[in-house]
Amino acid sequence: MDVLNALVLLANFVLVPALSYGAQLALGALGVTLIYSVLRFANFAQGETMAFGAMVAVLLTGVLQSVGISLGFLPTALLTLPLAIAATALLCLLTDKWVYQYYRTQRSRPITFVMASVGVMFIMNGLVRVILGPGDQYFSDGERFIMTVPDFRVWTGLEEGLALKTSQGLSIVLALLLMAWLFWFLQKTKTGKAMRAYADNENLALLSGIDPQRVVRITWILSATLATVAGVLYGLDKGYKPLSYFHLLLPVFAAVIVGGIGRPIGAVVGGFVIAFSEALITYAYKKFFMLLLPAEWAPESLMQFLSTEYKSAVSFMILVIVLLVRPTGIFKGKVI
Amino acid sequence: MSWLHNNTVRAVLAFSVMALLLFWVGSVQSWSVALAIINLCIVSAIMALGVNIQWGYAGLFNVGIMGFTALGGLAAVLVAHAPVAEAWRVGGLGILASLALLLATIVLGWWVYQRWQGKSYLWLLMTVVVLLGYVLIRPVFAPAVEAIESVNPSRTGFLGGMGLPIVFSWLVGGVLAACAAWLIGKVALGLRTDYLAIATLGISEIIIALLRNEDWLTRGVKNVTGLPRPVPYEVTLQESAWFIGWVERWQAEALAGLSGVARSEALQAAVVDASSIAVKLCYTGLFSVVLILILSLCVLALNSPWGRMVRAIRDNETAAAAMGKDIKQRHLQIFVLGSAVVGIAGAMLVTIDGQFTPGGYNPLRFTFLIWVMVIVGGSGNNLGAVLGGFLIWFMWVEAEPVGFWLMDQLTSGMAADNALRVHLLDSAQYMRVMVMGLLLLLVMRFSPRGILPEQHRKT
Repeated sequence: MDVLNALVLLANFVLVPALSYGAQLALGALGVTLIYSVLRFANFAQGETMAFGAMVAVLLTGVLQSVGISLGFLPTALLTLPLAIAATALLCLLTDKWVYQYYRTQRSRPITFVMASVGVMFIMNGLVRVILGPGDQYFSDGERFIMTVPDFRVWTGLEEGLALKTSQGLSIVLALLLMAWLFWFLQKTKTGKAMRAYADNENLALLSGIDPQRVVRITWILSATLATVAGVLYGLDKGYKPLSYFHLLLPVFAAVIVGGIGRPIGAVVGGFVIAFSEALITYAYKKFFMLLLPAEWAPESLMQFLSTEYKSAVSFMILVIVLLVRPTGIFKGKVI
Repeated sequence: MSWLHNNTVRAVLAFSVMALLLFWVGSVQSWSVALAIINLCIVSAIMALGVNIQWGYAGLFNVGIMGFTALGGLAAVLVAHAPVAEAWRVGGLGILASLALLLATIVLGWWVYQRWQGKSYLWLLMTVVVLLGYVLIRPVFAPAVEAIESVNPSRTGFLGGMGLPIVFSWLVGGVLAACAAWLIGKVALGLRTDYLAIATLGISEIIIALLRNEDWLTRGVKNVTGLPRPVPYEVTLQESAWFIGWVERWQAEALAGLSGVARSEALQAAVVDASSIAVKLCYTGLFSVVLILILSLCVLALNSPWGRMVRAIRDNETAAAAMGKDIKQRHLQIFVLGSAVVGIAGAMLVTIDGQFTPGGYNPLRFTFLIWVMVIVGGSGNNLGAVLGGFLIWFMWVEAEPVGFWLMDQLTSGMAADNALRVHLLDSAQYMRVMVMGLLLLLVMRFSPRGILPEQHRKT
């Protein structure tokens, strides 16, 4: 029984949170990798795009709540997703029209795009904070838990409990659905094939009659969709804080590079790799070993590799190791 | 002196406008405020020079300026704060031993890397070395940290520094930042250009996380206050007879008509005012020396054969490589040099504040703003970077009252407790972030060479 208890403990504190966080990271990373493969630059504004999407959802949730519309045990924010996605996509398309398009026609170096995206990042950051104010927002409603710790204990008779928050369950399910749809879209539809062709070889794609404007537009819309869903899920899970999306940028980039930049499947795998490493390295294993080992062997310290403040350091370490050992990432992305 | 020719008129004009703006602040607000702005302008200009070395000379995009600034700040603490003897007694040995063990681990790792280079199981061995190092260091390090942090936690709780003059830390700050830059450059240079941006973003986040959480070294969010100054304190000046006498002579006209209590009160006020100005002037003098030194070195470097080579690499890497230039090595050199300059500025910033606040470092103020300075001033032009530093810092400081005033005027038709009015007034300070972002994008788009463009020589 102790072994089971120990495993449940690990599942509760590592597996479930890492799965949901990994799903959110994977969505963000997919957005970055799509922009990268089609527009050929690392979009620093992705984190703030997520914040913008989440902001629209927060505002609309407030409106819906004041009218009295809700979604039962699910958070109301889900109802606002379509509008939030539309607003974010519009913002991305406008940004592209006003900022990036000029550099595309000039055939500027990638670094100019990156720099422009940093400018966009700060404008969005200011915009979000001007509209929503600098404070934290909690917009999650409905049932808080799908399964609570006491329920699980009663149900299985184990001492340790396993909780599953609604936001965590939603993150995993929604992210998987969205990813499945995205892969189907990229592989099977004509537009998806056009996108991949354009990403693979721009000139050949142009020769075969693919409309570059359309490909770029669709890429922005897809990226905005992914960013909004990721942003809303993250906000539901951990509460909306304006600066936390900026701090999400590093793990998202790490996920992209670890998986192989420009490879959608790599972004997904990278997201989960980063999330699980962060959780495994910053988890205190003391109780886990206390359950597994006989009493006289029980550890005295917390058995924690790194304190939780260094979560971002973990993703950075993995990033550095990947750059040193295999700069192309797990799935051989583009490097040079 | 070819760098003076074409741009001279523009430069003279731009700097005159800048001087007028500062003069206006001096006469309208107060000279003390104007001097405070000037001092930070100089620090900003030095940071902008550092970034200009990286971006303007070589086209390297560093998004981690904040981290290098903070390392400079750490140097100020480590150099200038008095050592905490008690902390050294209880934990100094443990910390030194952990440092020695860390060094040993690195040496071992290096040896393993050299010995088994190219083998497929090399990374397994490296993992073993890292784990071994971790297991060995942890039991030495953790108790030492605990002991140090429990020494009078409300006042110290950290190791303190070396108790040397704080001016020395400016050099140390540069060296610390250079070391961090070397590590990052080794990993990220030579890959895609975006990778350097991502890696620098990462390192700056890590440095800030370290500074906030390693209380034994930096006191973390409890901040280190009361760092010694390189200039006299206002109170000392106010109490010294020669200073009072000097102010008396200086203000003789204003004091002439007064007598008795009124005269001594007026003198007192004048002395307080003058002491604050005198202290700030001392800083201005010190900082100007550093700025002029770095600026002249930059100008000399850019006009030397080295500068020509660097620009050649920036403009066409392939051609430069064909001429036998080692591009990766030059990039690393420039990245380290630029970061060192930023580190120096970071130490100066902490010097003038007199305190080190790890919680106060945010990427808006310490990374993004510097970028705007370089781009607006004119990337590739040293004087341009200095001008950008002055101009943008001035705008950043003055934008807050102006923005507030603007919002106040715009919403003056609404009731004082109108929700929208209150919200807009509260968020006025975030408007300037947007304005800076817009400024960056507009300059990049419509005037990519900035106010003082880079000079293209005919020779």
